[in-house]
Amino acid sequence: MHKLATIVSLWMVIASGHSLAAGSALVPAKQNWSFNGLFGTFDRGALQRGYQVYNEVCAGCHGLRLVAYRNLTEIGLTEQQVKKIAASKTVKDGPNDEGEMYERSGRPSDRFVMPFANKNAARAANNGAYPPDLSLMVKARVGGADYLYGLLTGYQETKKGVEIPEGMYYNKYYPGNLIAMPSPLVEEGIEYPDKTKATVKQMAQDVTVFLSWTAEPEIEQRKRLGIKVLLFLIILTGLLYAIKKRVWSQLHN
Amino acid sequence: MSKTNQTNSVVKWVDDRLPVFTFMQHELHEYPTPKNLNYFWNFGSLAGIVLVTMIVTGIVLSMHYTPHVDYAFDSVERIMRDVNHGWLIRYVHMNGASAFFIIVFIHIFRGLYYGSYKAPRELLWMLGVLILLLMMATAFLGYVLPWGQMSFWGATVITNLFSAIPLIGEPIVTWLWGGFSVDNATLNRFFSLHFLLPFVIVGVVVLHIVALHTHGSNNPVGIDTTGNDDQIPFHPYYTVKDLFGLGVFLVLFSLFVFYAPNYLGHPDNYIPADPLQTPPHIVPEWYFLPFYAILRSITFDIWFLDAKLLGVIAMFASIGLLFILPWLDRSPVRSARFRPIYRQFYWVLVIDCFILGIVGANSPDDPVFSGLDGFQFIHLGMMSTAYYFFHFLILLPLLSVIEKPDPLPASINEPILGGGGNAALAPGKPMEKP
Repeated sequence: MHKLATIVSLWMVIASGHSLAAGSALVPAKQNWSFNGLFGTFDRGALQRGYQVYNEVCAGCHGLRLVAYRNLTEIGLTEQQVKKIAASKTVKDGPNDEGEMYERSGRPSDRFVMPFANKNAARAANNGAYPPDLSLMVKARVGGADYLYGLLTGYQETKKGVEIPEGMYYNKYYPGNLIAMPSPLVEEGIEYPDKTKATVKQMAQDVTVFLSWTAEPEIEQRKRLGIKVLLFLIILTGLLYAIKKRVWSQLHN
Repeated sequence: MSKTNQTNSVVKWVDDRLPVFTFMQHELHEYPTPKNLNYFWNFGSLAGIVLVTMIVTGIVLSMHYTPHVDYAFDSVERIMRDVNHGWLIRYVHMNGASAFFIIVFIHIFRGLYYGSYKAPRELLWMLGVLILLLMMATAFLGYVLPWGQMSFWGATVITNLFSAIPLIGEPIVTWLWGGFSVDNATLNRFFSLHFLLPFVIVGVVVLHIVALHTHGSNNPVGIDTTGNDDQIPFHPYYTVKDLFGLGVFLVLFSLFVFYAPNYLGHPDNYIPADPLQTPPHIVPEWYFLPFYAILRSITFDIWFLDAKLLGVIAMFASIGLLFILPWLDRSPVRSARFRPIYRQFYWVLVIDCFILGIVGANSPDDPVFSGLDGFQFIHLGMMSTAYYFFHFLILLPLLSVIEKPDPLPASINEPILGGGGNAALAPGKPMEKP
């Protein structure tokens, strides 16, 4: 029961620790995302390039467990392409009639295959640090897409006087500045089929768009519906105001 | 109760046996209402509509939600991704909670300004305070259900408050949890209670409305209605006015639901709950921030009562003293419009509550103004907590004695006629466009 008291006192002092941890991180600059604003939509090209970046760079360590291959039709891939992508993955399934687990090629209905069997395996392979799942990353961080873009482009050589421990890296936007993930993007690290030049900024931007979609796949439907609902409500409210005026004017006379 | 003049024979047949039509005629149609109510009187019916919306969206959500520590988070994400318009239902429910509190807070401060808690409406007011308490419990329970980091740690912090009770505190916490930590048993019972409490709220709301309709609405002038000149039937005057207010509310609400659905939430709640990892900064939902500030403001022991217990007592007392407000404020004049001193301190209280909210959102040790390190949020919190209790416990009883109220009009109708014969421009309608 002593633990309970510790938890509460911990919460009482948490704030002070918080300010220490977050003190040195910069606030990432706001970017002009196509999905911002009243009419925001995703750029299909950026989504597909972003998927490629995720697939070739991030997927080695980071899962995307809430997204299924079938969802990729929403970023503009055809069903054939999605089937091919799914089939290229190996999925563990079972048990079969003999009670054995077995491996098969993926289907569009499968969720993205996780890079590690479990959390411990992920930590063991990554110097003790756990690479978090990216499905909701953009929603789960203050600053959202701007933060993610900032993080991917915010790696620097160590700043004056900052000692960097073994296996850690300096990032100006990461809370506390010391991050266990090495800079994942390198210039021309991948080759885009649409001939877009794969600069670090370009790749960071594309994968941020892709991960904004995985976090909020409903965003386009939400904004399209929102406009209609707002227009309807504004007209309705205007009419109700006119009726209200009219009804009450009888009273005044 | 006079019978309605129904011409439809089926309606007549039913009404003769079960007078539902007569009831509706009386309580929704003829129900005599002061004619000078301003737009602040819209918030009661608005709160009722939001309550119904919350219940309807909540029932749909519960059809897809799984109250289990291993599945709760993912079942919410399934609602967001795979259920048709699930994102809309969830975002309406999520932002509906915030809207409900905004509306109810305005409703309460309307009551404070116009003295709606005074005789003969004391029980009406106390039922309202009870609704607020039930709402707070329901909102807290609901916030735990998505089982994100803030859900888990919020539940841990708040349930731990009960451990401050001497001797029996820790057994009570274990009993609340159904185990030795916030775990599956806790989530299950929280889901069950989150489903139950809204219906309890509906029950208290019915009593609230019965009490309201016994003496009728208070009004901006705060004097009793004296006759038919002062009153108009609820329908069509207030039904149409409430509908217009509902339209304005829905426009603002839609902006949040469709364009900033997570603005009032915390990003950490999109990280699945992890009992081994404490988030850097545990904050409650915005509507709890003033109470959270009061809780943290007591940092000193008094005799055998330690600071933590005192904080919990202060937090519950901040709402508890609203129950006895009708007996703290003894002034016979209801409306602040005729109370020159109270009127000013009312606004001090409003500002004080906003300051408490800001304090609750910040770390106690951070300076309020950068560069002025000696003045931290904890100090501001102590000052604003002190004022909150001073206002209710000392100032209001004192003002009841020393304040000289302005002369009251003889009837509601009088200032309206005195104001040039145009009711729309009467002093009773500060918010209405001419």
